Amino acid sequence: MLLRYSLRNILLIIMAALILSACAAKTTKKIETQTTQITGDTYTGDETVKYLATGVPDRVFFATNKSVLTTASRDTLRKQAAWLRENKSINVTVEGHADERGTREYNLALGERRANAAKDYLMTYGISGNRISTISYGKERPVNSGSGPLAWSQNRRSVTVKAN
Amino acid sequence: MKNILFLIFLFVVFFAKSTFALIEIDITRGNLNPLPIAVSPLHVESKSSEILQEIKVGSEISKIIENNLLRSGLFNPLEKDSFVQKPDIAHLKPRFEDWKLIKAQALITGKVNITNDKLRIEFRLWDILAAKELMALAFTTVPNNWRRVAHIITDKIYKRLTGEEGYFDTRIIYVAEKGPKNQRIKRLAIMDQDGANTKYLTLGNELVLTPRFNPTNQMVTYMSYFRNLPRVYLLDIETGVQEVVGDFAGMTFAPRFSPDGKKIIMSFAKDGNSDIFTMDLETRVVERITEHPAIDTSPSYSPDGKYICFNSDRSGYQQIYVMRSDGSDVKRITFGQGIYGTPVWSPRGDLIAFTKMYQGKFYIGVMRTDGSGERLLTENYYQEAPSWSPNGRVLIFYRETKSGSQGEGFSATLWSIDLTGYNERLIETLTDASDPSWSSLLSK
Repeated sequence: MLLRYSLRNILLIIMAALILSACAAKTTKKIETQTTQITGDTYTGDETVKYLATGVPDRVFFATNKSVLTTASRDTLRKQAAWLRENKSINVTVEGHADERGTREYNLALGERRANAAKDYLMTYGISGNRISTISYGKERPVNSGSGPLAWSQNRRSVTVKAN
Repeated sequence: MKNILFLIFLFVVFFAKSTFALIEIDITRGNLNPLPIAVSPLHVESKSSEILQEIKVGSEISKIIENNLLRSGLFNPLEKDSFVQKPDIAHLKPRFEDWKLIKAQALITGKVNITNDKLRIEFRLWDILAAKELMALAFTTVPNNWRRVAHIITDKIYKRLTGEEGYFDTRIIYVAEKGPKNQRIKRLAIMDQDGANTKYLTLGNELVLTPRFNPTNQMVTYMSYFRNLPRVYLLDIETGVQEVVGDFAGMTFAPRFSPDGKKIIMSFAKDGNSDIFTMDLETRVVERITEHPAIDTSPSYSPDGKYICFNSDRSGYQQIYVMRSDGSDVKRITFGQGIYGTPVWSPRGDLIAFTKMYQGKFYIGVMRTDGSGERLLTENYYQEAPSWSPNGRVLIFYRETKSGSQGEGFSATLWSIDLTGYNERLIETLTDASDPSWSSLLSK
């Protein structure tokens, strides 16, 4: 009886160890792909990015609670500005978004601040403010519905969309 | 709607002012010993022709009272199976020893009849240990108003036994949610505080957020993305008439009424900066209250209208500040670890409820208005936006759950918790729900 009991225990332990090691392998792999896509706290991948034209990404990403443009963001926005200079008839709306880890009202303000950070940068590269409107969606329109650092980093964004 | 709401006539049959009550409930402590109370089914007078309807109403009213008392956390309604006395006889004069046997300390009896399309409901509250009647009241109303009568009766009982105003004849306005997380459909919804009588006030064509009641009437302010212009709106829930609040060249959000119901205070975002403004609903005069390059939002007045609490990230992160209602004398009041948002001033004036974010968790808490005495009432993965019951004893707020990359597992639900930190309860809603706001007492 006692022997059978301990045998069963040993079997359980072996099974648990197998499952755990499988999990561990899976998480390290996942973390690796995430770290290559998030620098500091800002998303640097292109999984969710769409293009306004060839070589002109439509969005830039932000760190938690921040609206500071990174070097990569400024690069993207300069491409958008160049494209807007070439396509004078096109107006755009910059949509500002936040991740789900904040209060709803603060996130609305934060999204507006992010959209305007992008708009201001476009304006310093010669695009008239009349061609750029902004709207904040706060945390209301995530692009990635998940709850984790990767999803949150993809959702902290401003997206430039054609308005006409 | 209006005629139904106000067709209540109160007849004071007998008010036992002189009675010395042995039972009383101390609601300032966590209620570890809820008061055992027996709610007898309301006796139905048999001479009426609409007897079937009455029988239903008689037992339904007692169920609603019982459910209200149970959910308050202060009462323990006893099983009706154990009741020994018939409702009609108990209503005339209970045999107190019998009720003592089943450990009841208080007893509610009543009777109901319908004549000429009028519903008459009578109830009595008895102190079993003192063998005395504490209270007796009768109401006459239109028959389909019986739910409200049940809530009003609960308020009377609550007040008689706790010494404080009740919060049962109230409603909750909230945002009803459905659909996938990245394309959520949101509608304004309103229901009784116990979850009954849900009505939808918008169709879901545009995103709507953060509805709040006017504390003095049936007006509501909320934010809508109508025509993709996020603005604060004013809605009369009795007529359905709505209008944009003010003429702002940008997003307005985070609205709330002043305590006298005459102003709306809100944030206005322009060129990347959000500040706090008020608009007088009569004169339409707009006033700027804060002027700071940081985000200032979630404003809430003190009940005397002299102060405003709000959150601002002027220190680098969201913290709670208090200022005079003209915007002067701004003082930061939160210095604890973590960041703080959605301050809401208690209707009693002595506390501010808030959302706190610390180490990846969200807390609902309360503190004194100078920031001292912080107490966290509940911890969760995500929860925010507390709203006070009109008597300042209970907070309602919403929670969201973690979800997978396709949004699976996501839900949004309403919860309530006592100021004491006890009695946390899910508020059942027909759909997912968020952004709850508690009304004032509909009848005072």
